[in-house]
Amino acid sequence: MHAGAAKALTFRDVLIHPSLPPNLTQNYFELFSLPQQYAVERSDLDVRYRKLQHTVHPDRFVTAGDQERRVSMQQATHINEAYQVLKDPLRRGRYLLELRGHAIEDQQTTHQDAEFLMQQIELREALGDIRRQDDPLQALDRLAREVQAQYRALESALAQALDAGEETEQAVSLVLKMQYFMRLQSEVQELEADLEDELD
Amino acid sequence: MALLQISEPGEATAPHGHRLAAGIDLGTTHSLVASVRSGVAATLPDGEGRHLLHSVVRYLETGEHQVGATALRQAASDPLNTIISVKRFMGRGVEDVKSLGSVLPYEFVASESGMPLIRTAAGDRSPVQVSADILAELRQRAEQTLGDELTGVVITVPAYFDDAQRQATRDAGRLAGLNVLRLLNEPTAAAVAYGLDRGSDGIIAVYDLGGGTFDISILRLSQGVFEVMATAGDTALGGDDMDRAIAAWVMQQAGVADDPAHAMQRRLLLAACAAKESLTDGDQVELAVALENGTQWQGTLTRKTMDELIESLVRKTLGPCRRALRDADLNAADLREVVMVGGSTRVLKVRTLVGEFFGRRPLVDIDPDRVVAIGAAIQADILAGNKPEESMLLLDVIPLSLGVETMGGLTEKIIPRNTTLPASRAQEFTTYKDGQTAMALHVVQGERELVEDCRSLARFELRDMPPMTAGAARIRVTYQVDADGLLSVTAEEQTSGVQAHIEVKPSYGLSDNEIESMLRDSMDHAEDDVKARRLREQQVQADRVLEALQAALQQDADSFLSSEERNAIEQAAAKLAVLRNGNNAREIKVAIEKLESVSEVYVDRRMNANIREAMAGHTVDEFK
Repeated sequence: MHAGAAKALTFRDVLIHPSLPPNLTQNYFELFSLPQQYAVERSDLDVRYRKLQHTVHPDRFVTAGDQERRVSMQQATHINEAYQVLKDPLRRGRYLLELRGHAIEDQQTTHQDAEFLMQQIELREALGDIRRQDDPLQALDRLAREVQAQYRALESALAQALDAGEETEQAVSLVLKMQYFMRLQSEVQELEADLEDELD
Repeated sequence: MALLQISEPGEATAPHGHRLAAGIDLGTTHSLVASVRSGVAATLPDGEGRHLLHSVVRYLETGEHQVGATALRQAASDPLNTIISVKRFMGRGVEDVKSLGSVLPYEFVASESGMPLIRTAAGDRSPVQVSADILAELRQRAEQTLGDELTGVVITVPAYFDDAQRQATRDAGRLAGLNVLRLLNEPTAAAVAYGLDRGSDGIIAVYDLGGGTFDISILRLSQGVFEVMATAGDTALGGDDMDRAIAAWVMQQAGVADDPAHAMQRRLLLAACAAKESLTDGDQVELAVALENGTQWQGTLTRKTMDELIESLVRKTLGPCRRALRDADLNAADLREVVMVGGSTRVLKVRTLVGEFFGRRPLVDIDPDRVVAIGAAIQADILAGNKPEESMLLLDVIPLSLGVETMGGLTEKIIPRNTTLPASRAQEFTTYKDGQTAMALHVVQGERELVEDCRSLARFELRDMPPMTAGAARIRVTYQVDADGLLSVTAEEQTSGVQAHIEVKPSYGLSDNEIESMLRDSMDHAEDDVKARRLREQQVQADRVLEALQAALQQDADSFLSSEERNAIEQAAAKLAVLRNGNNAREIKVAIEKLESVSEVYVDRRMNANIREAMAGHTVDEFK
């Protein structure tokens, strides 16, 4: 029996790590020779990333055999993926929790914190009202800065929860809150793009 | 390498082991080839001292063709057989090509796979073949100038090119008999040419407006690494559109009705282009166009009028500029420089508007026509292995998101745009019917929600799955994008462990067989040449593998291999060394594969050791 077109598929919302050969089993912190903790110095991370890519990037193996080129591409891919996770405050937090045995499901939400949910609703209402403001771009800029500040506050609270104390439960809740803010932030950016494009 | 090396007077012979490599800028309106000689990168002129080769090919009834200025001279008198701006059709389907504009003076027919073929006196030609003819001309020029065969080339493409367009470019290289080391994004090449790595670190924008394409790239330069942060653009916007806008104005002034004959269209466009070029210096220009009724129209175009005609086109480039800045999470004030690339940035209105947008004077020091080829030559020289100590590294990104079609014709993004290459991502899908043993996957590229608004790249079929109840199968689809931005897709059913069969059908590309048969057709003494060529290819590959292996073994065999492992590798190498001198291409190929499989462990161990060594300077506590 044949399923015809791809639209006949059911999409299961699962994002998994790229399939990797067995020699790429080091976790991202090990790969970058970093301590397994939340706090990461960005400039240090960048230097390590560039050094690693210098070593393995396919451009270094253009004249090598197929086998070596394949391995080079796998390693470079692995390092890119690791860098994406380690440099992003939210993804790094999720990853660290996963390493500690507390993987967060994509559909998982925070139900308990009524105050937080109320705040989210208010922020979303503010976003919905932007177009009705006298100067929408300026109003959006103010909102964006507030969202940014809240996100930063969550980030430092997460560093505290993961590195200082071993407050895993709180860390999970903080990561979930950061996810809300991340979605809000991308909606802010989309609206900003629309508003700016309308100016042209 | 040939035994004899011929050098130009006054020039040192290439040192032993120097591999001849070239950078090629395959442009919409013209193309160039450049090479690094005695440490200096420069574009190579033809016999008459011309560096720019018009990207024009004219096909004759005799089956022969002309490339460049000779072809362009006949463009007005022989419009149907003279192919201009073929780059616009690369990787496109027939429908796309038709939507590119009503002013296309060619007759298109569709190939079986939906690829547009241009009907010429010498037969139907695909855009890939036309591009290959341009590349072959440049190859010949380079090999004549440099005195030997090229071991490899870097070909540049607009950063915004999608997978199909990149694949088409790579295929054209192959068809022209070139070893394509890398496809390099044009703005990255320009950044390299500017030697911006030599100066202080910082963030720069490269604004590249060519004949038919526009790109904006934001790059971060630090410690010799060129990292593309974001890229945006428009693959169907360029100087040609300015010519069309001016031509439309001339038609209006001269009272020419819409939809003029091909030859008339060509005359109008050539006059418009010449007027545009002379207005980069002057304030006004006199135009004269021969009309179809035998009379001649004469008129004056002022710069002010031209600026008005093209302003909206130039402004169309600012949206992508804004988007690239946003994607990189930057403001214009964060940039250290703005670099101008592409012939169309000679137009003063472009410089003014771009200067206003970024709030700084754009850099125009290097000839905007040559800068890309020069950067490509520098990269080709490094990739060919001529500068092992060179620390430059280019990290490019994928310009458009890659996705898959899901229920209801929606796009599910698998690799988002601006992800650094190489990149890989996997996603799981399941079946929707009981007993389903096959499924079709549709790979698309683009930012839009609906599949119909994205570019269709390929359709895959996964067959021979064990029948299961609906929703029980777990099919993992893995996308891998290499450093050139080219995609490969694999799919596997997880629960049964059965590696399912996949068929790839490129939507508008050429299959390997098609390329093979075109290569055969292009040879004069088909059978013998193909055989000789195949043998030579395998010998070159064998030499490469053996050379790399010997160097590695001498360096560190004892650290990574037991004596048994080493023996096995050396035996396989010895066998290959013997077969390499024979004349059986197939045997050599098998021996290479055997050697590579025996040394797999060694390669893995070395690479991992290199990684450890790179991080050795950093201890875990160092930055605490």
